[in-house]
Amino acid sequence: MSEIFLSTVLTLDASVRVCIPLIFASMAGLFAERSGVVDIGLEGKLLMSAFIAASAAVVFGSPWVGLLAGIIASSVLAMVHGFASITYKGNQIVSGVAINILAAGLTMILSLAWFKKAGITPTLKNDQRFLSIDLPGLELIDNIPIIGVIYRELISGHNILVYLAFAIVPIVWWVVFRTRFGLRLRAVGENPKAVDTAGISVESLRYKALLIGGILCGIGGVYLSTAYNAQFVKDMTAGSGFIALAALIFGKWHPYKVLAACFLFAFLDAISIRLQGIVIPGIGEIPVQLIEATPYILTIILLAGFIGKAVPPKASAQPYIKEL
Amino acid sequence: MTRERRLSWINGFLLPFLNVLTAFIATAIVFVLIGVDPIKATKILIYGALGYDEGLGYTLYYATNFVFTGLAVAVAFHAGLFNIGGEGQAYVGGLGTALVALYLNPAMSAWIVIPLAISGGLLFGALWAIVPAYLQAYRGSHIVITTIMFNFLASALMVYVLVNVLREVGEMSPESADFIKASWLPFVHDVFASFGYKIAKSPLNLSILVALFFSGLVWFFLWHTRWGFAIRAVGKSNDAAVYGGINPKKIIIVTMCISGALAGLVGINELMGVQHRLFLNFNYGYGFGGIAVALMGRNHPVGILIAAFLFGILYQGGAELDFELQNVSRDIVVVMQGLVILFCGGLEYLYRPILIRFLAPIEGAE
Repeated sequence: MSEIFLSTVLTLDASVRVCIPLIFASMAGLFAERSGVVDIGLEGKLLMSAFIAASAAVVFGSPWVGLLAGIIASSVLAMVHGFASITYKGNQIVSGVAINILAAGLTMILSLAWFKKAGITPTLKNDQRFLSIDLPGLELIDNIPIIGVIYRELISGHNILVYLAFAIVPIVWWVVFRTRFGLRLRAVGENPKAVDTAGISVESLRYKALLIGGILCGIGGVYLSTAYNAQFVKDMTAGSGFIALAALIFGKWHPYKVLAACFLFAFLDAISIRLQGIVIPGIGEIPVQLIEATPYILTIILLAGFIGKAVPPKASAQPYIKEL
Repeated sequence: MTRERRLSWINGFLLPFLNVLTAFIATAIVFVLIGVDPIKATKILIYGALGYDEGLGYTLYYATNFVFTGLAVAVAFHAGLFNIGGEGQAYVGGLGTALVALYLNPAMSAWIVIPLAISGGLLFGALWAIVPAYLQAYRGSHIVITTIMFNFLASALMVYVLVNVLREVGEMSPESADFIKASWLPFVHDVFASFGYKIAKSPLNLSILVALFFSGLVWFFLWHTRWGFAIRAVGKSNDAAVYGGINPKKIIIVTMCISGALAGLVGINELMGVQHRLFLNFNYGYGFGGIAVALMGRNHPVGILIAAFLFGILYQGGAELDFELQNVSRDIVVVMQGLVILFCGGLEYLYRPILIRFLAPIEGAE
């Protein structure tokens, strides 16, 4: 019993760790898509920020410099996306694809130029990364059965970015649903013309949304290379940006539901490693690939309207052309 | 020159040319940033890709893949659909080709086996596109998102199939057995040798003729058949198409099947032409490369042939750069791809305001 309990807690703990970049990236996507700009460049921004953060952390010897550099890198890409899709009214999907491919190439080229190795940065020392912190009262609570284990393994012992991720979701909810900016953001995604006639700039709102997205995505990338791992490695995002996009749709563009979707997808990821090679009576061995593919399958089924309906903001992917 | 011809000249040639030029200038800036002389790099790249027959062979071999995926993206674009699932369709198409090329009777004639194996690629590519197409047409789910998801599903499926089904007993690496000999497409150097001409060995094979054939077919289909007209009508204006008696839902399905089938042909070149077995990630990067090729080639088969050749040069020349220079790897090609997609796609209207400002007074004076 206690062994099953412990391994459940450990799986949940692993899910939390996998979940973090998904949360940051999907919240970034939430801002962009709520403003009517489709952002499939989340993957590229995560990757770029992970690389720049690891590089800056190793060169300047501080994870905080890494954090700043990662945020800047991701925001620059977000602004390129804005420049193409807001100012020049180009195709937002094409621009997002460009950002993903550009990030994949640049991280390889720059790592070779800076560190003489393609697709890898030097390993970060402990003082160059975000390390786990023990929450107060650990010794006290540790002695209590069950709760002690949950507190020690699941709640305490994460790095600062993990706590930040969970703190950011209610903040996003508050900004989107309880502030003037949030109201305008949602309006510009549904009906930009109405916002424009009210005398509010559609372009500036969308740029702001993309910038917030750039910052959030940046933190997600920083987490990958300086907290979850201790270096940047080639293609380390491994589709997280797209899973985040799936979670965004699965959570119907609502912060709490998106958080739940992120956690579900992360849990599937964590459990797929544990289920490897285990034979379930009556069913047989479940292929790992099937579990890995589940987030995508679930999203497709949802999108098809078979379980609920995911309706994106109405003005999604449409550049706003002001009447002259 | 009439005004209309001048406008089409500006939109069709001048703007795309400026966009491509900008992408190359941006690449040159990247070269300078990493401490490489861009002129020297260009010389190595062009010599490596075109300077000797082996290099040229490789260039054309890479270009063949880009023709297939470029055509795939372009056909979908004409119906107003963005198929970013070329990567997955190419992958699963390869499975179709492999199944035919593995399990047909080895004694059969190549004249039967090769067309069947090509059809296998076409069929499986189309099948992988039909679900996203159906969901777009009848359930309203966005094709971009579903095709992205299908790319991931394709790679999960292929890993499963290669590891658990097609891998030979006792083999470590996830690869299939060798294809039957009758399914091998001849290498171009062997064909030349049989006529008495000696050219250097390269992976270039007769798939390039398949690519040229399908380019012609796509051109004929899009501009000279009823279906092609319907596809372009749906892409230009859904409402007008409906008014003209066209069923856009049906067109979406047909277009995506054609698009997926074309992407499914990558396996012809890679598997039947060169490796003669199925292996992991043979499709890597060609699906996304096809987006760049289609954008650069303005979705016209002739433009796509030119753009695919250019990307072939970049791929082969990039390998040469990797070999010759210490601080460049062939990933520079990926950067260029990204920049081409950005400047020819996302920022395609970058120069329009400037051109309008320059050309409007000239028009006014006439």
